[in-house]
Amino acid sequence: MIDAKEIIARRVALELRDRTLVNLGIGLPTLVACYVPAGISVAFQSENGIIGFGEPPPDGMEDPHLTDAGGGFISALPGAAAFDSATSFALIRGGHLDMTVLGGLQVDSSGRLANWMVPGKIVPGMGGAMDLVAGAKRVVVAMQHTAKGQPKIVEKLTLPPTSARRVSLIVTELAVIEPTDEGLALRERAPGVSVETVVASTGAKLLLDGDTPTMSIECERVAA
Amino acid sequence: MQEGISAERAAAMIPDGASVMFGGFLGVGSPERVIDALVARGARGLTLICNDTASPGIGVGKLIEAGCVTCVKASHIGTNPITQKKMISGEIDVELVPQGTLAERIRAGGSGLGGVLTRTGVGTVVSEGKQVLEIDGESFLLEMPLRADFALLRAHEADHFGNLTYRLTAANFNPVMAFAADCVIAEPDEIVPVGVIPPDAVRTPGVLVHHLVRRRQ
Repeated sequence: MIDAKEIIARRVALELRDRTLVNLGIGLPTLVACYVPAGISVAFQSENGIIGFGEPPPDGMEDPHLTDAGGGFISALPGAAAFDSATSFALIRGGHLDMTVLGGLQVDSSGRLANWMVPGKIVPGMGGAMDLVAGAKRVVVAMQHTAKGQPKIVEKLTLPPTSARRVSLIVTELAVIEPTDEGLALRERAPGVSVETVVASTGAKLLLDGDTPTMSIECERVAA
Repeated sequence: MQEGISAERAAAMIPDGASVMFGGFLGVGSPERVIDALVARGARGLTLICNDTASPGIGVGKLIEAGCVTCVKASHIGTNPITQKKMISGEIDVELVPQGTLAERIRAGGSGLGGVLTRTGVGTVVSEGKQVLEIDGESFLLEMPLRADFALLRAHEADHFGNLTYRLTAANFNPVMAFAADCVIAEPDEIVPVGVIPPDAVRTPGVLVHHLVRRRQ
């Protein structure tokens, strides 16, 4: 039995394309790196200033000058490049980043994402999230479908948006949903999940088009 | 040729109420020795310009904890609960700036640019009170340049001219901040004779660096 996060990470991994530059947000999106499909070479960026990082080194072998954007120790893979913050965000904002995968608090029917604050509760700051949504070629939201039983996909955002831009795709443990000009299109449902369940768990109108195919989550775990 | 000053001397040069840029990303690449000296001398009323406020006991987090800071301009404060607490109590004024916009505002401040036009923040609270310009049919936010009285950098190597290198992800905001302050103080891990750092390897030209913090005595 695989849990919600693993379903999401496996399905998002199928969005990875060969020879692309990808930035994974902190938390759930980080798991995507564990399921890169065989034969696909992806360069992962961490916005604090590196392309081409890998697994944390063994205990006691960490380099204090080599961390990811969450502050965790990483290693540099052969071919890695390190750079300063202005360069890192020129990569993100200048259209050089093929895809970003970000967590979400809410996505609305127009495809706008809210993921950086809950007024009166948590104000951590946006970090690089606003730059990533505004600048990446594709923005994939990887999040659980509901929070405490409440839909996170809503008609209109009640939380402050991260960007005015429409995200490219929403992947949850129940469904794959694509924001379009016409609204939110239900593209796939998770194995064993009915269209009715997806609709009932969603707070916005979903566009249905014939049979909704079952999402594939058949990629192998490639790393710890 | 740089004389080299102590961390205590560097901290004494920074008056209460100064605006100070600090390199570092969650404490990685932060000038820890000068930060410790600022805490020790009981600095007050500092404006901190940095990516984040790290965590308690780490990097600029020590300044927050010690009550040295009244204003923060940063992209993220979520890893330091003390910053959050002091923001809510009104002790610290926090301006949250998207990380790329922070880097570019500092770059603009250090490069003589009048501002930055960016898509980041359009249609969000970040755009409140700011000019939005239409360029070729697309909306861009005008973000203003950012400078400070001091920039405190952490470098890997420095030579006697102040030429600097950085290591891996410890570079982060350091190279861009080197341009954007009236007084730039670098705290290197190693000080080496002129000529040891090849010209191609210099990331921050020494002419930008006013003071080097010398090795611990």
